[in-house]
Order: sequence, then C-alpha cells, then structure tokens
Amino acid sequence: MKIEALRTSQGAGPDLATGSTLEVRGCSIRYGDKPAVNDVTLAFALHRVTALIGPSGCGKSTLLRALNRMNDHIQSCRLEGQVLYHGQDIYDPAIDAAEVRKRMGMVFQKPNPFPKSIFDNVAFGPRLNGTFRGQARQALADHVEKCLRAAGLWEEVKDRLRDSALSLSGGQQQRLCIARAIANDPEVLLMDEPCSALDPISTARIEELILDMRENYTIVIVTHNMEQAARVSDNTGFLLSGDLVEFNNTADLFSRPRSKKTEDYITGRFG
Amino acid sequence: MSRPIDLTPSPALVVRRRRDRLFHAFAFAGALLCLVVLALLLFDIVSTGAARLSWEFINSFPSRFADRAGVRAALWGSAWLMIVTMAIAGPIGVAAAIYLEEFTRRGRLAAILEINISNLAGVPSIIYGILGLAFFVRWLALGRSILAGALTMALLVLPVVIIATREALRAVPGSLRAASFALGASPLQTVLRVVLPSAMPGIVTGLILALSRAIGETAPLIMIGALTYVAFVPQGPMDSFTALPIQIFDWASRPQAAFQQNAAAGILVLLALLLVMNSIGILIRQRASRKLQP
Amino acid sequence: MSLSTTQRIPLRSEQKFRPVEFSALAFLRASALVSIVTTLAIVVVLVYESIPFFRHVSPWEFLLGTQWTPLLEPRAFGVLPLVVGTLHVVIGAGLIALPLGLLTGIFLSEYAGPRTRALLKPLVEVLAGIPTVVYGFFALTFVTPILQRFFPSIGLFNSLSASIVVGIMILPFVASLCEDTLRAVPRSLRDGAYALGATKAEVTLKVVVPGALSGVLASFILALSRAIGETMAVTLAAGSTPKLTANVLESIQTMTAYIVQVSLGDTPRGTIEYQSIFAVGLLLFLVTLALNIASNRILKRFREHYE
Ligand SMILES: Nc1ncnc2c1ncn2[C@@H]1O[C@H](COP(=O)(O)OP(=O)(O)OP(=O)(O)O)[C@@H](O)[C@H]1O
Ligand SMILES: [Mg+2]
Repeated sequence: MKIEALRTSQGAGPDLATGSTLEVRGCSIRYGDKPAVNDVTLAFALHRVTALIGPSGCGKSTLLRALNRMNDHIQSCRLEGQVLYHGQDIYDPAIDAAEVRKRMGMVFQKPNPFPKSIFDNVAFGPRLNGTFRGQARQALADHVEKCLRAAGLWEEVKDRLRDSALSLSGGQQQRLCIARAIANDPEVLLMDEPCSALDPISTARIEELILDMRENYTIVIVTHNMEQAARVSDNTGFLLSGDLVEFNNTADLFSRPRSKKTEDYITGRFG
Repeated sequence: MSRPIDLTPSPALVVRRRRDRLFHAFAFAGALLCLVVLALLLFDIVSTGAARLSWEFINSFPSRFADRAGVRAALWGSAWLMIVTMAIAGPIGVAAAIYLEEFTRRGRLAAILEINISNLAGVPSIIYGILGLAFFVRWLALGRSILAGALTMALLVLPVVIIATREALRAVPGSLRAASFALGASPLQTVLRVVLPSAMPGIVTGLILALSRAIGETAPLIMIGALTYVAFVPQGPMDSFTALPIQIFDWASRPQAAFQQNAAAGILVLLALLLVMNSIGILIRQRASRKLQP
Repeated sequence: MSLSTTQRIPLRSEQKFRPVEFSALAFLRASALVSIVTTLAIVVVLVYESIPFFRHVSPWEFLLGTQWTPLLEPRAFGVLPLVVGTLHVVIGAGLIALPLGLLTGIFLSEYAGPRTRALLKPLVEVLAGIPTVVYGFFALTFVTPILQRFFPSIGLFNSLSASIVVGIMILPFVASLCEDTLRAVPRSLRDGAYALGATKAEVTLKVVVPGALSGVLASFILALSRAIGETMAVTLAAGSTPKLTANVLESIQTMTAYIVQVSLGDTPRGTIEYQSIFAVGLLLFLVTLALNIASNRILKRFREHYE
C-alpha cells in the first residue's frame, strides 16, 4: 500500500504509531469535469493532529469535506476511491451520512453559530441525536457545560447561556462552534482554516485548544498558515493542484522536505 | 484498536429519515397545490367562457341581452386607459428612479423617499380610488373621464415603475458611468446616453409589470365612477368610459348563468391581453440583451 | 496659462448646457416628489373629506359602535361589523395562505432543483399576476358551489368562500417573499447543521426557518395587509351584509366592499353615506399603513442581520 511505501521511503515518515481509524485511499474528487483532488492516499493518525497545507485552490477543503461527506450537498461533486472509517467505506450505500457526521465534528473557516442562544447552539447536536432523551434536564445542561469548558469558553459565557450566540466576539463564536462540534462526542474533528477569520490572540487560544484536545480526538486541520501547521500538527500533508505531493511527520516535512515542490512552497517561493 | 462501529442508520435515525422524506413530500405537495389551484382556476374560466368567445363578442357593445353583449367598449376603454396611464406613469416613474438612483444616492431626502415609496406600494388600490374620486374627479373637476382614471391608475403603478427602474439602474456597472465621465460627459448626458440604454431591458420589464397591474385593477375604476354600461367607443381622454375588469365585474355580479358566461369570456380576453403584453415584454428584453452582448 | 484654458473650456460648456441640464434636473426632482405628494394627497383627502362625517358621528361611536346601517333608517355608524367582516377574510385567508405559502417558499428555496424551480417559479408568478376580479368570479362560480355541497346551509354570499380565494390570491405573494428570506439565510448555517448530522428537514425546520423568522414574519404581515385591502373578490363573494358574526357561512361585508357598494350606488356628494366612505377609507389606510411600516422595518433589520 502507498502509505507503507511513504513511510519506508525515507526518514521516519508520518507518525502513525497510534494507529489510524480514518484513511483515504485512491481518492479522486471532481466538480463536474473539473478535477479538484487526484488519487490521494493518506491516513490520519489516531489522537494526533494532521495538517493539510497547500496554496489556495489546491483541494484542501474539498478533501476535508470528503471525510464527512459534506460534498454530498454539492450537486456537481463526484468522488472516486474510498474513505475508510474504522475499516468501512463511508460512501457505501448502506451507510448513512448523518451517522458519519455525528462521529466527526466539523469547524468551518468563518464562525457560523446558529442564530440561537449559546446554550441551544451547543445542545443542537445532542438534541438532534436524542442523546439525553429520557434523562433529567440537568444531564444536558451538564454536558453543555462540559463542552463549553473543553472549548475554553465556559468562564466567559456561564452567566449568559441564554444570550444570542451572535452577541459573542468572532473568536468566542469560533470556540462556541468547537464546543458545538464536540457536543456530539465525536472521535474526529475536522477544521477548515478555523483561525483565518480571527485576530492573533483568538488564533493563539484556538491553537492552544487544539493541542489540548489532541489526546481525545483525531484532528484534521486545513491551514494556510505554515507556522500554524508547524505549531499544532504531528503530521502534515502538502497538496498542490489536487495532488498529495508529500505526507510526512511535521518536523521532517518542514525541515527536510523530500520534494522540491514542497521546499519551494514552505520557503515561500510560490503560493 | 479499531472498536467496532456501526455506520448504518440507527433506529432513531431511520425514524428521522422517514420524517425527512415525509416533510419533503409535504413541501412538494404544498408547492403542487399552487399549480392545482391555477389549473382549477383556468379550467373553471375556460369551461364556462370558451363557448361564448367569438369575434362577435369582442366586437359588440354591452347589452341587456347576455347573448348579444360584448366587450368592444370595454376593450377600447382599457386601451385608452393603458396608453394614457403609461404616458403619465412611464416618464414620471423613470425620472423619479433616475433622480433617486443617480442624483441622490444618500441623504435624508433619499431615505424619506425610499420609505415613502415602499409604503405607497402597499396602499390598497381602493385607497387610490378614493384619492382619484376626491382629487381628480371632484376637486380638479375632470369628471368620470379616461383622464381621471388614468391619473389614478398612474399613481397606483408609480411605485412599481420606480422600484423596477431603480433595480435596473443599479444593475448597470459603475465602470460604464466612469467611462462616460472620463469622456467629458455631464451626469445627465451620462444617464441619458449610457446608463438608460443599458438599463432598458429592466425598465421595460418594470413598465410591463405596471401595465399588467393596471389592466386588471377594478376597484379604483369603480371608485372614480367608470361606467358599466357604455355603448360607444371613447374618442378622447375626457370621454367617459368602461374598462374590461369593470365589465367583467358587472357581469359576474349578475345572477344569470348567461352573464356568468360573459364574465368568463371577458376574463379570457383579459388573460389573453396579459399574456400578449408579457410576451412582448420578454421579446423586448431578449432583443435588448442580445444587442448589449454581441 | 494651461490652467486657465482648462478652466475656461468647462466653464463655456457649462454655460451652454446649463438651461437644459437645469430644467431636466428639475423634472427629475419633481418626478421624485410626486410620490411624496401622493402620500400627502391621500392623507389630506381622507382627513379633509371625513371631517364632515365626524361632525355627525363621534370617532368614539364610529370605532366602538356595533351597528352599521348607513343606508337604512335608523342610521347607525359603528364600524365594528365592517371590521369583523374584514377580520373574517384576513383570518381565513391567513390560515390558508401563511402555512401553504411558507411551505411553498421552503420547497422553492430548499428542495427544488434548478430545473423544478425554473418551472415552478413562473407559474407561481402567474398566480400572483391574475387580476383580483378573476378571483371573485372563481369564488362565485367554483368555490361557493363546492362549499354548498358540504354545507347545505351556506348562502350564495359567504365569508368562507371569499376567505379561500383571498387566501389563494395572497399565497404566491407569501411564497415568493418567504423564498427570498429563506434564501438570505447563509449557506454556512446549513453546512453547520449538516455537519452535526442533521437531516434536510431538520436543517430547514430547526436552522433555516428559525434563522429567517423575522423575515418570514414580515412577509406574513405584508400579506395580511394585502388581504385587508383586497376589494373585488370580497365584494363579489362575501356579500354586503355588515354584521357582527363569527359564522363564516353567512354573508358579511368588509370595509373595502362597503366603499365599493356606496360608490356603485351613485351617492350624491355631501350626504353622510358619501362622507362615510372617507372615514372607512381613513381607517383602512391607517391600518394597512401601520402593518406595512412594521413589516418594512422588520425586513430591513432582517436584511442587515445577514449582510
Ligand atoms: N462548489 C464547487 N463547485 C465547483 N468547483 C469548486 C467548488 N468548490 C471548490 N471548487 C474548485 O475545486 C478546487 C479546490 O477547491 P478547494 O475549496 O478544495 O480549495 P482549497 O485548497 O480549500 O482553497 P482555499 O485555500 O482557497 O480554501 C478549486 O479549483 C475550486 O475552484
Ligand atoms: Mg478552503
């Protein structure tokens, strides 16, 4: 398999010591006739942070959205190959996209809290899935508190849970979206440039959060910011016009890129 | 390491998916109902009135005898009314839109005008009728003339013309204006020679929309006293008149089946006119947009 | 030197164009003012012409009186029966048009593919473009006869039939306004809900519709204001019997239908019946104006919200 090939080709290779429950195999995605991702194969290490980097339009978001079938909602989008989650192809007709998404939280580029109260935002997923049905109300409230704490937002909002989520600042909104995403108790967290709309302080808080959450979640983060990738990730994949040029542990990828293209990119020679 | 995990829909999700499909069907049925109603409406009218439709019907004056009555006077009245209404509302509406869009972008006056126009658009047509009755018919002593009717109708459709024209003007790219200014044109020249021509398709659409509204309006004409029995073709804007919707209303309010048939036939004529007007509008729009993009 | 020439040329051309430009601008400005003048004229006419009426009938008596018999002795001018008649139509039409219109708007904005939409949308617009007198005819010749089969006691004129057709009339209006507001809800919110495992119905009902709630509300208010002002269908189908009744199978009279009735009757100017239409018109104008202003405000805030 390609993953093995990558690992043994040179140096240490990507850090997959913890194993992996999420893999992409021979995945090609196109919008209509326009290819966006070409024959990509990689594995996301369990309880590690994997960063996807690459210039704008190289297919990072497309690949990320393929992991929880968010591309299903784009009519022209077609996928070939497999996305394996716990060994099952999530594109298998017997599998329901909602079951997949429930297990993979997603955080978007721009904070997108629902125009509801802070509490209702976090409670949205558990309510959908009936997680606390038949239990005391307090169970849900406790869970919401737990998620807000995990997202580092609890102290700031504990007295105003009934306020509209839109009254929060951009950085707070993004942390609320993280709390909302982990409220389903997912195993995987998919983040698409979660800091690109935020100021440096909010960005730092979210990076800290990512590092904290690392032990509990398999995290995939798309980012434009190479320092960020270097700071938060264990493995990094470099995409260029739809091809996975290089996939390695982050330290090696940045210090000893195997590919000339990667080197050009990380040294800022283009993109 | 990989714990067993089931991604096939859980029982709860199966229920939710079923509800999802149900709601989809429900929304589809709702939308479909609109079409069913439209079909029933057309069926009712055609089945009642189609038999009555003939050249004779179109070319006869009204009559006490349902089978001899026709819409000739009403058609002429409506034609007069439409022409005079457009002659008034067209230039004023377009000019007002130009002023609002090209000469006072911001400011207090513009804000007041804007709110005022959107509120005017929501005033019931019968209120315009009351205005026409008091202002044009009595105070200006225009009587129950075509002119009084057209002035009333013009005020009624003015918001439609203004709103549509403004949208059309807004869609003209600013670069066109800049290019014209760069050639030394004055703001007015720019508007007349550059902006208006490229906004034309949108403006025509607005005018047709206004006409479609005006040709079917009944209440304001009843208010200003358009007659129901007119056995002549109006010769000038000061003549009294009837109009197609008035004639239809008159027939529809009579209990006899024969008159109901006349009403349905009259409606068919009215709907045909609407169809023709809107088709012409579409043609003009297409031709204009073809000219703009060679 | 060169400065003065560049100054001189526009000066000269300005002089040449001035009268034309000036009068053209004056025409534009005057045209824009026509809309203000119209509003003022409506207010002046309604107030001025109803003053004589309110000399005979106190505003109190007018607003709270429960008898409306302006054409019969003993005359009474309590507008409540007309208001109740109008309410019949507004409530009935609302019960039909608001849920169905919202549902159609939801279908158009969330479910219909581009091709279905391209087919459905113009047809809904056709429904919106049909003159109201046609709906009156439809009520009399189609809806009432069907109702007569279910309710043998129903009169030829009844508020139920009028409510149904007015509901049909404002339905396309509600549908397209709701569609617009639902479309204004950003895609990112839908994505956020899908990513949590929501089904399409859940996304629509728990995120999109609540997110567009104020816009939907504004559409509803605007549509109800239309129903209040609707004239021809109710004149033809609901009858001309002003009364305080809750029975929708009976004939009633709305404010608009009363105004039409009087003006059809060729009432001489100066009589109290003639004056009464201005009083009723004033009430109608104020109510619809208030609703329109409220709705426009809500809509404006809604649009700003998602800008
Ligand atoms: N909905 C869509 N329809 C058609 N083409 C799309 C769509 N979304 C993305 N694409 C195209 O697919 C390619 C990859 O897009 P993608 O959004 O995955 O890039 P990206 O790496 O996330 O870029 P960025 O860093 O700018 O977010 C681009 O060429 C883009 O134009
Ligand atoms: Mg992207």
